Amino acid sequence: MLIFTLKRLGLAVLVTLTVSLLSFSLLFMSGDPASAIAGENANATDIEAIRVLYGFDRPFMVQYVDWLTGALAGDFGQSYYFKLPVSTLIADRLSTTMLLGVCGISFALVTAIPLGVLAAMRPNSLIDRGALFLSVMGQAMPSFWFGLVLIVIFSIQLGWLPPSGSSSWKHFIMPTIVLGYYAMPAIMRLTRAGMLEVLNADYIRTARAKGASETRVMFKHALRNAVVPVVSLAAVQMGFMLGGSIVVESIFALHGAGYLAWESISRNDLPTVQALILIFSCFYIVFTFLSDLANAWLDPRIRVG
Amino acid sequence: MNPRLLMSSVALTLAMVGSSALADKASDTLNAAFTKELESVDSYFNSAREGVILQRSIWDGLLYLNQETGEYEGNLATSWQWVDDTTLEMKLREGVKFHNGEEFDADDVVYTVKFVANPENGVVVQRNVNWMKDAEKVDKYTVRITTNGPFPAALEFLAGPVSIYPNEYYAEAGPAGMALKPVGTGPYMVESVDPGKHFVLKKYEGYHGGPKGKATIGTVDIRTIPDVNTQLAEMFSGGLDFIWGVPADQAEKLAAMGRLNVVNESTMRIGYLELDAAGRSGADHPITKRAVRQALMHAIDRKAIVDNLLKGKSKVVHSACFPSQFGCEQDVTTYEYDPEKAKALLAEAGYPDGFSIDLYAYRDRGYAEAMLAYLAEVGITANLKYLQYSALRDLRHKGETSMSFQTWGSYSVNDASAITSQFFKHGKEDFARDDEVKAWLDVADTAVDPAVRKENYSKALKKIADEAYWVPLFSYNANYVFTKDAAYTPTPDEVVRFFHVRWN
Repeated sequence: MLIFTLKRLGLAVLVTLTVSLLSFSLLFMSGDPASAIAGENANATDIEAIRVLYGFDRPFMVQYVDWLTGALAGDFGQSYYFKLPVSTLIADRLSTTMLLGVCGISFALVTAIPLGVLAAMRPNSLIDRGALFLSVMGQAMPSFWFGLVLIVIFSIQLGWLPPSGSSSWKHFIMPTIVLGYYAMPAIMRLTRAGMLEVLNADYIRTARAKGASETRVMFKHALRNAVVPVVSLAAVQMGFMLGGSIVVESIFALHGAGYLAWESISRNDLPTVQALILIFSCFYIVFTFLSDLANAWLDPRIRVG
Repeated sequence: MNPRLLMSSVALTLAMVGSSALADKASDTLNAAFTKELESVDSYFNSAREGVILQRSIWDGLLYLNQETGEYEGNLATSWQWVDDTTLEMKLREGVKFHNGEEFDADDVVYTVKFVANPENGVVVQRNVNWMKDAEKVDKYTVRITTNGPFPAALEFLAGPVSIYPNEYYAEAGPAGMALKPVGTGPYMVESVDPGKHFVLKKYEGYHGGPKGKATIGTVDIRTIPDVNTQLAEMFSGGLDFIWGVPADQAEKLAAMGRLNVVNESTMRIGYLELDAAGRSGADHPITKRAVRQALMHAIDRKAIVDNLLKGKSKVVHSACFPSQFGCEQDVTTYEYDPEKAKALLAEAGYPDGFSIDLYAYRDRGYAEAMLAYLAEVGITANLKYLQYSALRDLRHKGETSMSFQTWGSYSVNDASAITSQFFKHGKEDFARDDEVKAWLDVADTAVDPAVRKENYSKALKKIADEAYWVPLFSYNANYVFTKDAAYTPTPDEVVRFFHVRWN
């Protein structure tokens, strides 16, 4: 298990480094950062002054190494746009995103797994059909539209929930549902498929034959095996939610890290974008790493193999 | 849940909804929304409309432009006169105190001018400040500001983007401190700043009684809500009282519903097609031919675009500036919509079957697409290249765009120097490169005599229209939507003055 862990860890660090180098170079190629910082009302002289002030006239590798050294020490530099330390800015925004991500994935898991299990227990029944309908809806409906529908119903018609902001738990209900609902279908279908496959396996018949209760068969024997791919998927979905909740954050005016990343790209706020890409990729890497460990724990064949 | 409990909870909810619309007036708080995350509240370190709006509420300039009369009035200065072409002497208002209690006097003016005029301090929009050379204190309430050469638009800038900062506080806090805890002399003081997200303004009881007048609403609470639909939802559910920049189609529906005030006002922003007459993108490009550019003028039905897409107070413009601006000559060659004439001009130029061209744009995709359709009708195949503003500007600076759909708001400066001179004096964004036009503009920008200025702007603008260097398209407009509890008259400079918003 230790060797397995170390191997995975080493791989994770290498991936992170590659991502940082790639993102750094890609962003530089996307446009002139000095021009973006100067804003819409600046003229050529303003832009030239900014280019020198921020050191964009230095060679590319010098700028990259400079940045990486700082980043390793936790210093991501100053945001060109907000003129604030990037670390302060991201810490502030990330808390909202993480809260939203955890709520979203919990909502997705709590609804998807039971539904998936139920659907697998009674394939082609009304429950299965209903679950299929729900998942197709979730996959087909764009989240910006679903978000607006919820706002119209719960904020305007019923007046129960505030449409935007992040100052109380009530503000997180609709974003959680929208974000979670998007991740739900895949998890549910995977749970169902996994369960169906497992339920036909010989060892389930054996478990039933030796007189184990149906609950025990379902949860101890079947679900534990069926859930292995779901763990990997949930980890990826979680990474996606932390980095990709741009639409949801924008509609509900949550000002999280996803929205910050999106806006920072169009503002060519390089230090912020670099830091966010690094952090997001770290999330992906950490979640994949954790899901590998979880799977290895759930299924001994993985750590041995 | 038993039916009685359900009923009462519904009733309670309804009661809460019903009262929320009144609660804001009752609590004397105007809830407003920004669409964009403002980078810094320090007005010298942002270039955003939102920044200007806060600036006018928090700080004061030396002068004030009365929007109704168009005259300059004293604000932090009470009188002013040009000592010579480059020296402006100003008497300052006495008894003014900054929000932190610091006394306002000549030292504050001198410090502010020296700070912002120094390029090393990195004021974002250099153009707002780089005309100032220095400032000196004559006595406690008299200062002299010197300019880099004659600069007739100085008063406009002193009434606009140049606001006076408290010298002691700014020396200590700097731009970073000012951004988080702004201190000025304006009608509103800042209670809190959550960078980019949330700003709370409180009425400044000690306001000096200048021309802006004392604020009447106690608190202005501004949140950044990027999605216009969400802003509207907040308006309906009582979470917001005041928004602006609402798209025309939605504003029409809102006005029809009658629950909210919807007011339309024009803005100083105009849209135009920038045509590469100088051949920077290729010397033998069709667009370098005058007849082709004139054909473009005739090809696009600008009135139809205004009537169907922009609506409101937007108008077709014919001159390369906003009509109210000083020097914006209106008596120029106009080109009516006439596709047949356009085709004839194209044939005359040697393109009877039209040609293919890229149309670059960075905003208002719908308008750009409408123009593509009009161009197609006369045989010009235009491909839309839609980019981010900064990316497009890079291309323009390199001279790679033959035709681009641009807009310019002149920083709300009511003077043609803020637009025509920006684009026709051989800078990187000049695709005409006309020496004669540049010479006229040079005279107009620096002459002190208004008649001389006017005459030279007129010559330049007439030639720009004759040569069809630009296709001036239309002026923009903005829709302001606010609760029936509030009253406000918007102005064409697109600056929301919270101190002029009142409860009914």
